[in-house]
Amino acid sequence: MSTALADGLTIAKRNVIKIKRTPDLLGSVVTFPIVFVLMLVYVFGAMIEIPGMSYAEYMIPGIFVQTVVMSSQITGYTLVLDLQKGIFDRFRTLPMAPSAVLTGQTLGDVLMNAASILVMSLMGLLVGWRINGSPLEAITAFAVLLFFAYAFSWVTATVALALRTPEVFNNIATIVTFPIMFLSNIFIDSSRLAGPLQAIAEWNPVSAVTQALRELFGNTSSALPVPDVWPLQNPLLATLGWSVVLLLVFVPLATRLYKRSVS
Amino acid sequence: MANAIEATGLVKTYGKHTALDGMDLVVPEGTVLGLLGPNGAGKTTTVRILTTLIRPDSGQARVAGYDVVREAPKLRKVIGASGQYAAVDDHLTGAENLEMVGRLYHLGARRSRQRARELLDRFDLAEAGDRPVKGYSGGMRRRLDLAATLVAQPPVLFLDEPTTGLDPRARIALWDVIAELVRGGTTLLLTTQYLEEADRLADSIAVVDHGKVIARGTADQLKDQVGGDRIELSVTSGSDFEQALRLLAPLSAGEPSLDREALRMTMPVTQGAASLTTALGKLAADGIAVRDAGLRRPTLDDVFLTLTGEVTT
Repeated sequence: MSTALADGLTIAKRNVIKIKRTPDLLGSVVTFPIVFVLMLVYVFGAMIEIPGMSYAEYMIPGIFVQTVVMSSQITGYTLVLDLQKGIFDRFRTLPMAPSAVLTGQTLGDVLMNAASILVMSLMGLLVGWRINGSPLEAITAFAVLLFFAYAFSWVTATVALALRTPEVFNNIATIVTFPIMFLSNIFIDSSRLAGPLQAIAEWNPVSAVTQALRELFGNTSSALPVPDVWPLQNPLLATLGWSVVLLLVFVPLATRLYKRSVS
Repeated sequence: MANAIEATGLVKTYGKHTALDGMDLVVPEGTVLGLLGPNGAGKTTTVRILTTLIRPDSGQARVAGYDVVREAPKLRKVIGASGQYAAVDDHLTGAENLEMVGRLYHLGARRSRQRARELLDRFDLAEAGDRPVKGYSGGMRRRLDLAATLVAQPPVLFLDEPTTGLDPRARIALWDVIAELVRGGTTLLLTTQYLEEADRLADSIAVVDHGKVIARGTADQLKDQVGGDRIELSVTSGSDFEQALRLLAPLSAGEPSLDREALRMTMPVTQGAASLTTALGKLAADGIAVRDAGLRRPTLDDVFLTLTGEVTT
């Protein structure tokens, strides 16, 4: 177990070095949400009225979630690239823990997520987002977000190892990610969606995370009632629950696929 | 002398395609076996099984005494393996790549760093060692990849087509490195499509085709299997070609191989230099102009051609 952790950290170190040396990768993860925030706040924000608070306050927690979901694609993309280059073949002939490549990759990506959330937070503060809760609640919010991001990166790792080619992975990831983000409460009030879509949006893990962040950061309004469904009424618990379920399902799946992967 | 690698009856199929069809191999400790064969012959599949990357459908194999399936984790501690493509990380420097491998062999931080420097020096990469691999040439990447297999000083090495994609100069440089390595007593299994490479590096050669070994022996033994020397000669005009062939047919100890475009024929002969003299005399008497003629030992290409009936390239 201790070697598994040590090996995981060795791989994580490698991934952090890689991220540092590819500023374009980190750049795209950070710039996309910046552009998004500016567009939303100044284009849509001028037209959309959120009862009881500014559009920026409503939006930013959701943008955080959107950012980590999008950047988790990088986990998968990096994995397929390594798979194709034969680097996994080397790793798999070394006396290292089989889980280490994936834990290392996902841990490295947590750091990247932390960096991009930091940039996003500063950006948010500039355009009028405010943390209205206590510092402890704010720290909890960031921790919960990173934990969910970590769990979600195992989903993309699994998808990537199953699909095996960068182009296919990119296409599928985009096709899957967009509905996950838009069929949620990030951008819209899910209670105004049509029947089945409403149910999907309300049970979407992304909605629970977004709701949890809004509550912890104090970006809520009494004029904006929370839908009466369990995950949105108990968003913190729902987020942790979803994250644990994702990890329980996708860690073994991804590890199994990794052990069998041959470039 | 104990055997470092032993494989019996390895079979591996992918759907309808049989990659390995009863592969048997023995490599005594401290020797080099060259696995020689064309693309798709089963060389890489064999290496992948022996380095624990895939499991055979049937058959057994032991490397350094460990079963490749049941004792895979132990086996990985005593092998170094390099695949067909240099498996090094572009964004890491040469030193970082080697250090990472050292850590994954659990050598510890200090030993890994030290080992990385030693290997960079040895492989003439000391100067480039702190630059990202992205800027390395093909030959440098290959050397780094080879260095990575040596980090833990494993007693058994696997190199799958180590010089594929290299220019001739880089190839010869890598041959020197490998030759020096095996002088130190490392057991090596090397796969190659280059007959010259097997000839130069391997103590013994196993010729592989359609998933099994079709011939084995030293380079000289294999050459002897296909008979003695060859006359290789070309004529200047196309009209003379068939006539020359008719005249020389009685001298040929086997089926001659013909290249009608280059007007070149190669035929095995039994009398060596005397046969060449006879041949040239016959052609001169008939007024056939010879552009080039010579006698040569059979190459492994000839071996392959004779054994499989197929041209390798």
